[in-house]
Amino acid sequence: MGDRPVENAAMTRQRLVVIGNGMAGARAVEEVLARGGADMFEITMFGDEPYGNYNRIMLSNVLSGVQDSSEIYINPLDWYADNAITLHTGSPVTGIDRAARVVMSAAGVKAHYDVLLIATGSRAFIPPIDNIRDATGELREGVFGFRSIDDCNGIMQTARRSKVAAVIGGGLLGLEAARGLLNHGCEVHVVHQSKHLMNAQLDTHGGAILCRQMEAMGITIHLGKSTEAVLGDGRIAGLRFKDGGTLACDMLVVSAGIRPNIEVAQRAGLTVERAIVVDNHMRCLDDRRIFVVGECAQHRGMVYGLVAPLWDQAKVFADHVTDRNLDAAYHGSKLATKLKVMGVELASMGITEPADARDEVIQFSEPGRGTYKKLIVRDGRLVGGILMGDISKAAYLMQAFDRDSALPDERLGLLFDLGTPSQKVTLDEMPGDQQVCNCNGVTKEAIGACVKSGRNTTKAVMDATRAGMGCGSCKSLVGEVVAWFAGGVLEEDPSIHYYVPCIPMTKPDLVAAVREQGLRSVSSVFAALAGGIEDAASKPALASLLVTLWAGEYQDERDARFINDRVHANIQKDGTFSVIPEMPGGITTPDDLIRIATVAKKYNVPLVKLTGGQRIDLVGVSKEDLPKMWADLGMPSGHAYGKSYRTCKSCIGTEFCRFGLGDSMGLATKIEKRFRGVDSPAKLKLATAGCPRNCSEAMVKDIGAVAVGNDKWEIYVGGAAGAHIRKGDVLCTVDGEDAVMQITARFMQYYRENAKWKERTYTFVERVGIERLRAVVVDDSDGIVEALDAAMQRSVDAAYDPWREAVHPRTANQFSDLLVADGA
Amino acid sequence: MPAPIRIAHLSDIPEGEGRLVEAAGMHIAVFRTRAGVFATQPDCPHRQGPLADGLTGTHTVMCPLHDRTYDLRTGAGVNTECSITTYPLTVDQDGAILLEMATA
Repeated sequence: MGDRPVENAAMTRQRLVVIGNGMAGARAVEEVLARGGADMFEITMFGDEPYGNYNRIMLSNVLSGVQDSSEIYINPLDWYADNAITLHTGSPVTGIDRAARVVMSAAGVKAHYDVLLIATGSRAFIPPIDNIRDATGELREGVFGFRSIDDCNGIMQTARRSKVAAVIGGGLLGLEAARGLLNHGCEVHVVHQSKHLMNAQLDTHGGAILCRQMEAMGITIHLGKSTEAVLGDGRIAGLRFKDGGTLACDMLVVSAGIRPNIEVAQRAGLTVERAIVVDNHMRCLDDRRIFVVGECAQHRGMVYGLVAPLWDQAKVFADHVTDRNLDAAYHGSKLATKLKVMGVELASMGITEPADARDEVIQFSEPGRGTYKKLIVRDGRLVGGILMGDISKAAYLMQAFDRDSALPDERLGLLFDLGTPSQKVTLDEMPGDQQVCNCNGVTKEAIGACVKSGRNTTKAVMDATRAGMGCGSCKSLVGEVVAWFAGGVLEEDPSIHYYVPCIPMTKPDLVAAVREQGLRSVSSVFAALAGGIEDAASKPALASLLVTLWAGEYQDERDARFINDRVHANIQKDGTFSVIPEMPGGITTPDDLIRIATVAKKYNVPLVKLTGGQRIDLVGVSKEDLPKMWADLGMPSGHAYGKSYRTCKSCIGTEFCRFGLGDSMGLATKIEKRFRGVDSPAKLKLATAGCPRNCSEAMVKDIGAVAVGNDKWEIYVGGAAGAHIRKGDVLCTVDGEDAVMQITARFMQYYRENAKWKERTYTFVERVGIERLRAVVVDDSDGIVEALDAAMQRSVDAAYDPWREAVHPRTANQFSDLLVADGA
Repeated sequence: MPAPIRIAHLSDIPEGEGRLVEAAGMHIAVFRTRAGVFATQPDCPHRQGPLADGLTGTHTVMCPLHDRTYDLRTGAGVNTECSITTYPLTVDQDGAILLEMATA
């Protein structure tokens, strides 16, 4: 056995110490655990940062606000405890005593090892720029690297109070930092030393296309600029370039590459060149007990800064230390990467320019659309490639590049799908060892094995294999591969058909049970149908269903309401609320405006805003002020917060417009006065238009009435112009406003009774089909329109203006922001 | 051990709801579900949403901003990696809600 870890694990476990708790260290430990390592090793990990292990690749999402930092953890602290791993966080390792086989940390911790893994990764490289550091050697105030959660938090906090931000470095990370800063409202400048952006992955032409796209987003790019000094005494005030030019800025992010963290290894006498030199087993050259993986490892002269090589290295390391496969060897990685820079999809592999007289270049460029494709072929094999804009061929090309496989003679087919075979055929043909998820190195085979082991949902496979859990770009492909292996027996989670997850019934079954048992309150439904266990998320859904069924007989329990419906206002990100008074059809009067303005001033309302629904929004109001403001306004609630009828917009119509064909303002007012306060499965936004010019956008509302002349109105349903955009379907054309009111009521009631919770009309109409809706609502094919009319009438009668609760609160401390205890 | 302090009365908190309370020099969210009373830190660790305004389940609270849900007994996240601090409460025979000071 020599000094290899012993295998009589049950007797004495070996001590595995890992320096570094980043993506490499944690991944290597996961691989060890996956090979039964928990029985073989007592594991101790040291991390500089005071956190669990997180996905560093996602920091740019955190910076741009797409994800919260809490969402990027791969292994939260519980994971270490669950796997009996001793984790020392915030505890940088200061030395390795190889003779005594002890690791020492700054905090005074000593850990003995039998096997040591160095996974110290790398840090941001800060170029030698005058004045970039303060007297203590730290980065000057307002200057950041972009490498850790702490960097990210610092950048975000500073960006909030900065006007102009500069980023040094026009590589991938620099551009992502620039994108993130843009989201924080800064004017952003990228300063890049090279003549084109992302020069490691792109050629001049590709860089120029990317540059134009960045500039179109509002980022100023300075190419061929070398920064000489940081200006300013305390906080940064600007940059001076070698050509004498300057740029004023009040913050700076440096993203000029990375440097491996090698100091500890160097002090321990290990062979270090650009990084710590390892053999094909990821073992350092000087000590058989010490392994190295990740960005601090140098293998055959290469130091990698991408994740894919790291995953392969971690596997080889784990195979060796667990004796699982002593033939495992790392042979280096070919650099191919697929990424998204500021919304621009990009794939890059190998060289960016021809390097040999034999090299054949195939390219296509459509700069107007940001599409650029370039392949470099040598002896019929791919040695380099750039895909921008359209990367549909990336999977195929990256595989051909990785395997050095022969390309077809027809080169055009390399760039474009010409008469593509169907996806199914493609999946049939996909070789088993092809990677589906490049971030986590999950192959088609691995997904197949996972499905065969009984995991029959995409989510279960993703949880088990981590496929799709890196950058996330392959999620839909993972789903397709899972479905392909499951061969049609892809399990559907049956709960997706339930009206609420905690009661195993579809909406019709639930309605029948509720009617039969006479359940008139949400708590009684939980008691009768959910074993008495109340589920927070299901409460509003049940409340909506019950109020539609029982109208005035519904027993309202305030705790079943979302906060908006408890205080009749829309909660904002800071816990304040917004007040929107009713304003039918967007019509107001000077007196009402004066009253609104007076109230806004009296209560120091921080923001007064016109809404998309033609009303006035008073935003940033504390709960305690709500009832006082309503009383002072003396106007009814606009119901701009609930799952209910919201509002009806209108244009000027025949009243003043020279094109008007119908009285859109009058009709909007009638609609609002009738349906205000009526609950529904999701919000209902309506509009009336006085002519087909559609100025009030009635054709893209949940329900819209458009005057077409001769007192006729077209009724559109299922329109949307929010996150989803859909032109409504014409339900029917009717004579006169009364008919509009009647059809609107019938459609609304049918929707209220049959839609799923939170299902907007644009989904509902597509699901049910406009023909079916027309048959039921217009032609009365089911003989239910009288029942629909009666049910709607009950709801209209039961509706009330909730702002009157201002005078008579319905629950204790309904509008209190804070209860102060005696003596507090 | 210091005596428990009275932070509210059952009648201050409607059934199934929460309220923000100031006691012992700090803010805490107090909930009264159909299974009992519970106290937690006031803000959601995700984006600082006001937990007292959240919907409650039998033993859970769901933040009103982004639906992060926590177990009121342990503070453990139900659909999130985050967790929250909880404080033990008792209710005396008069319906006063008492906070154990040793933990506060």
